Amino acid sequence: MAGSSANAALAALPEIAKAGPAGTGGDAPVTARMAFTVNGERRELDLDLRTSLLDALREHLHLTGSKKGCDHGQCGACTMIVNGRRINGCLTLAVMHQGAEITTIEGLGTPDALHPLQAAFIRHDGYQCGYCTPGQICSGVAVLEEIRAGIPSHATGDLTRAPDVSEAEIRERMSGNICRCGAYSNIVEAMTAFAGDPSSRSQA
Amino acid sequence: MKSFTYERPGSPAEAAAAVARRPHAKFIAGGTNLLDLMKLQIETPAHLVDVNGLGLDRIEDTPEGGLRIGALVRNTDLAADERVRRDYGVLARALLAGATGQLRNQATTAGNLLQRTRCPYFYDTAQACNKRRPGSGCAALDGVSRQLAVIGGSEACIATHPSDMAVAMRVLDATVETIDAAGAARTIPISELHRLPGDEPERDTTLEPDELITAVTLPKPLGGAQVYRKVRDRASYAFALVSVAAVVQPDGTGRVAFGGLAHKPWRVEAAEGELPRGAKATAEAALAGAHPTPDNAFKLALAERTLGAALKQARA
Repeated sequence: MAGSSANAALAALPEIAKAGPAGTGGDAPVTARMAFTVNGERRELDLDLRTSLLDALREHLHLTGSKKGCDHGQCGACTMIVNGRRINGCLTLAVMHQGAEITTIEGLGTPDALHPLQAAFIRHDGYQCGYCTPGQICSGVAVLEEIRAGIPSHATGDLTRAPDVSEAEIRERMSGNICRCGAYSNIVEAMTAFAGDPSSRSQA
Repeated sequence: MKSFTYERPGSPAEAAAAVARRPHAKFIAGGTNLLDLMKLQIETPAHLVDVNGLGLDRIEDTPEGGLRIGALVRNTDLAADERVRRDYGVLARALLAGATGQLRNQATTAGNLLQRTRCPYFYDTAQACNKRRPGSGCAALDGVSRQLAVIGGSEACIATHPSDMAVAMRVLDATVETIDAAGAARTIPISELHRLPGDEPERDTTLEPDELITAVTLPKPLGGAQVYRKVRDRASYAFALVSVAAVVQPDGTGRVAFGGLAHKPWRVEAAEGELPRGAKATAEAALAGAHPTPDNAFKLALAERTLGAALKQARA
């Protein structure tokens, strides 16, 4: 699968992306066309190759739900779901995601139709300032999928058994999402409530 | 970040050739470490060769009864693989002790091996660092060295290798397969992949610049009790002060490697004969010749105690 899509991506790159100045990295921008699906909508952009996936979404598609906290993968505020997996949008280049399916907080729910985990965060007071919340919720939705898929964590006791939704599992798996307001115990409560909600399976 | 050009080759050999063809070219896989370093202009490649999508993302059984792990298998997928969880518990545990869920979803097997040190003086471009700028000196030697190496360092560098996974790979005697620009493949024992700093700390590994890791192979399972024990400043998402990867057989013999102590995963096979005599004898033999700083001398006692805890866990 990979070979053909890689060749297609190479063919789609303009010549300038393939032939730049020699020597160590320079200052003149090198641009390329990038195309991916964001929250169900196909988007095409001509961007500087240096553009992170986070900046492509925030600065160019004006999807500002995903936040830039540290820009170094330490805080998790930029967490988004790419091809079903949560990743740090700040630590990956947009050009590396040709053809990807990307879901941000804007794709999970809207003010009129909240995702059940968004509703659970409100009910359980899972935030104070709200800056980390989009990343927490994208991460939280993916965490519960990871547990259901049987992916183990550092908190999993027996590696040969399927992990369960426990407070220890949630806390360990959410350690890549920092909350400076310290709403952690309410975030755990919101996720526990969401995990116990039968409707969460089809909503995730 | 400095500007660069970018390409996606169609095969591993083409990727190696693409890096050889261009000055200051680098492979990019998960990118979680390289992009971080590019933002800080610690790394300034002029050209990136994207090795995602080359079909190097499979885990296969080997005829010898082991596993061949594609270089691009993500850390999450490796830790979740049923065979790894059942037969190579020390590897699954080491992977899960590292980074975060988000990072493990991106980070790859080869990229994990090739990640750079997290020495604070390497990261601070205002400081002298022989690894970042050869010949500039080492600010860590007289600096804050609590996290840094206690053994195997040099006057030029006391950085540590930050990987948890690599420590488990070392205790399992993994081998690394590579391909170069000429299409030539070679196999490198994991013990010979990472270097000690000596007077060339800028070279982390014995790989050539155009050499691409294609796979990491594990020999057939060792059995025994497999433990990865990591001590860090917080319960999750922190690099090791000390870690221990141990495989212990019912008769008390076994293997042990340490993380957080040196420029490479630290394993001394000759010291493993002491394992039936316990943690103190083993740690003393494995860490003979250590040169800690006043800041990090605690790691020697901590290594012995962590090994003691790991052996106790293995016997439980």
